[in-house]
Amino acid sequence: MATQAGAPPSVGIVDRWQAARLPLPGWFPWLAGRLLAGFGTVLAVSAIVYLATLALPSDPARVILGPEATDKAVAILREQLGLNRPIAVQYVDWLRHVAVGDFGNSLDSNVPAFGLVIERLGNSIALMIFVLLVTAPAAFLLGVAMAVKRDSRFDRTAMTLLIGFKAVPPFAIAVALILLFSTGPLAILPAVSILDPSLSPFAQPLYLVLPATTLLLLVLPFLTRLIRASLTETLEADYIAAARLRGLPERRIVWRHAVPNALPPVIQGFAMATRMVLGGALIVEVVFSYPGIGSALNAAIETRDIPVVQAIALLTAIAVVFINLVADFATVLLTPRLRTTTRPRLRSGTGARLRLRAGGA
Amino acid sequence: MTSRRRRPNRWRNERQIRAGTVLLAAVLAIALPGPWLAPHDPNALIGAPYGPPGAGAWLGYDYLGRDIWSRLLAGGLSIFWMSIAASILALAAGAAIGMLSAYRKGAVDQGVVWSTDVLFAFPDLILVLLVVSMLGRAPWLIVLLVAIAFLPGVIRLSRGVTLGIVEQEYVDSARMMGFSSAHILLREVLPNMITPLLVQFGVMLTWAIGMLSGLSFLGYGVAPPAADWGLMINENRAGLLVQPWAVLAPVAMIALFALGTNLIAEGIGRINARIEEEA
Repeated sequence: MATQAGAPPSVGIVDRWQAARLPLPGWFPWLAGRLLAGFGTVLAVSAIVYLATLALPSDPARVILGPEATDKAVAILREQLGLNRPIAVQYVDWLRHVAVGDFGNSLDSNVPAFGLVIERLGNSIALMIFVLLVTAPAAFLLGVAMAVKRDSRFDRTAMTLLIGFKAVPPFAIAVALILLFSTGPLAILPAVSILDPSLSPFAQPLYLVLPATTLLLLVLPFLTRLIRASLTETLEADYIAAARLRGLPERRIVWRHAVPNALPPVIQGFAMATRMVLGGALIVEVVFSYPGIGSALNAAIETRDIPVVQAIALLTAIAVVFINLVADFATVLLTPRLRTTTRPRLRSGTGARLRLRAGGA
Repeated sequence: MTSRRRRPNRWRNERQIRAGTVLLAAVLAIALPGPWLAPHDPNALIGAPYGPPGAGAWLGYDYLGRDIWSRLLAGGLSIFWMSIAASILALAAGAAIGMLSAYRKGAVDQGVVWSTDVLFAFPDLILVLLVVSMLGRAPWLIVLLVAIAFLPGVIRLSRGVTLGIVEQEYVDSARMMGFSSAHILLREVLPNMITPLLVQFGVMLTWAIGMLSGLSFLGYGVAPPAADWGLMINENRAGLLVQPWAVLAPVAMIALFALGTNLIAEGIGRINARIEEEA
C-alpha cells in the first residue's frame, strides 16, 4: 500500500476496478450487471412458462396414449415420464434439458419441439426483418420531416393518420388490407401466405407484403412519433438557437447538429418497436396463415402441445430480453455522457418509453 | 414564434377530444343498449348461411344464417365491460404497487422493479394466451390476465411520479407533522398523478380493446355461440368474399371504438403535457 501513495481509497467494487487500472472501459461493470440481471429475468420467465403450462387441464401421458388407453397404462407412463415427482424437481430437470435446447418432442408430431420452433422462428424473423428494414428508414424520414415542419398542415395531417393507425388493432388492419388488395378489382396480392418451405421467405416476397404492411402500420406510428418528439425537443435546445444565430444553414443544423443528438432515445424505441412487432406477429400471422411462430403457437395451444408452447414462449421472452440488452448497450455506447461514466444510470429507457406510453409525445 | 405555434395545437386538441367523444358515443350507442334493441335473437338461425342483405336483415346473414345486424348489436357489451374492468384493475393495482414501492424504497422496490422487468419480457399477448389457453376462457380470468399484462406499465409510471414527489418539501413537512404513510400517499402523492393515470387509463383502454378483440378473434375470448365482435370476425373470415359485411361490420366497430378512446386519451395527454410545460 505504501508504494501506491497516490491511489484513491477503494470503496466499492467499481472504484476498485478503476484502481486496478484494468484495460476495461468504465461501463464494463455496468454491462456485467445488466447481463446478470438479464439472465435472472430469463430464469424467472422460464419458471413462469413452466408453471403456466403445468396448469394445463390435460395430462401429457393421456395426450400421448390417446383417449382409449386404460388408466393403468396412463399411470405407468406418468411414472416413466417422471410426472409424479415434486414440481420443483421436475422444473430443474426440465431446465437442464432446455439449457441445451432440448424441449422434448412435440406431442403432436413427435419431432423435437426445438427444431420445429426454430424452423418457424426463421420465417417469423424474416418477416420481422422485412418489416423493420422498411419501417426504420420510413419512420426516420417521416419523423424528421414532421419535426422540422412541426405544426404545419403536413405535420397535422400525418399526425392524425398516425394516431388513427396506432389505435386500430392489427387484425382489423389485416382484414381491411385483405378486403382491399385480395378481393374485388384490386386483387393483386395473396390473402393467404402459404410459403414454399423449400425456399427462403425472401425469395417469395409477394407473400410477405400484406403481413408486413400490417405490422408496419402497427409500429410506424410509435416509432415516427418517438423520432418526432425527440428531434422537436433537441431543436428547441439552446445550442441549436446558437447555431442558427451563427448563420449556419438550416439543413446542416438539422442533420449535423440536431439529429445525432436526438437518436439515442430512439434506440430504446426501436427495441420497443421490435417487441411490438413480435407481439403483433402472433395475431397477424394467424390472419394470413403465415407459417411463423405466431401460427405455430396458436396451433400448439389448440392441440395442447406443451413442449412447443413452452419453447415458443421461452424463446420469444429470451429474444425480448436480448433486444432490450442490445438497445441499452447501444444507448450507452452512443451517448458520450453515459459512455465515460463508471455507472451509467439507465433504466431501460424508462423515461422515453413512459413519455410515449402516456401519450405526451 | 411560440404563441404562433401554440394556437393550432390547442385547436387540434379540442377537436381531437371532440372527435373522439363523438366516435365513442356512436359506438356506445350501439353497444350498450344493443342487446335489448336487436330485432332478432342473435343466435337464431333465420336465413341462408352467408345470405345477402335483404328485408329481414339489412346486413345479411353470417356463416350459420344468423342475422348480422342483431349479432352486431348484441356483441359490443362484452368487450366494453371487459376492457374497462381490465383497465381499472390494472390502474388501481399498478398505482398502489408503484406508489408503495417508490415510497418504501429498498429491497421491496428492487423486487418490484425486477418483477416488472420480468413481466415486460413477455410480448403482451403471449402471457395472456398462455394462461387463458391453459385455464379456460372465463371472462373474469381474461380480465385479470389482461390487467396483469398492463400492470408493469402502470407500476413504472406511478413509481416514477412518486419518486419525484416524495423528495418534495411538502412531503417532508407532512411527514414531520406526523401524518401517517397512508395519509401522505393518498393526500399528498396521489393527487399529483391523477392526470398521468387518466391518460394511461385511456391508452390502456385502447390496448385492451385491441387485445380482447384479438383474443376472441383467435378463439380464446368469449366462447361461442355468444355474440362478440372479435368472435364474429373469426367465425365469418372464411366467407369474406361472399359476405364481407359479416367481417367488415365488427371490424369497423372495434376500430372506431379503439380510435375514439385513443383520440380522447391523446387529447388529454397533450393538454397535460402543455400544462406541465407552462407551469
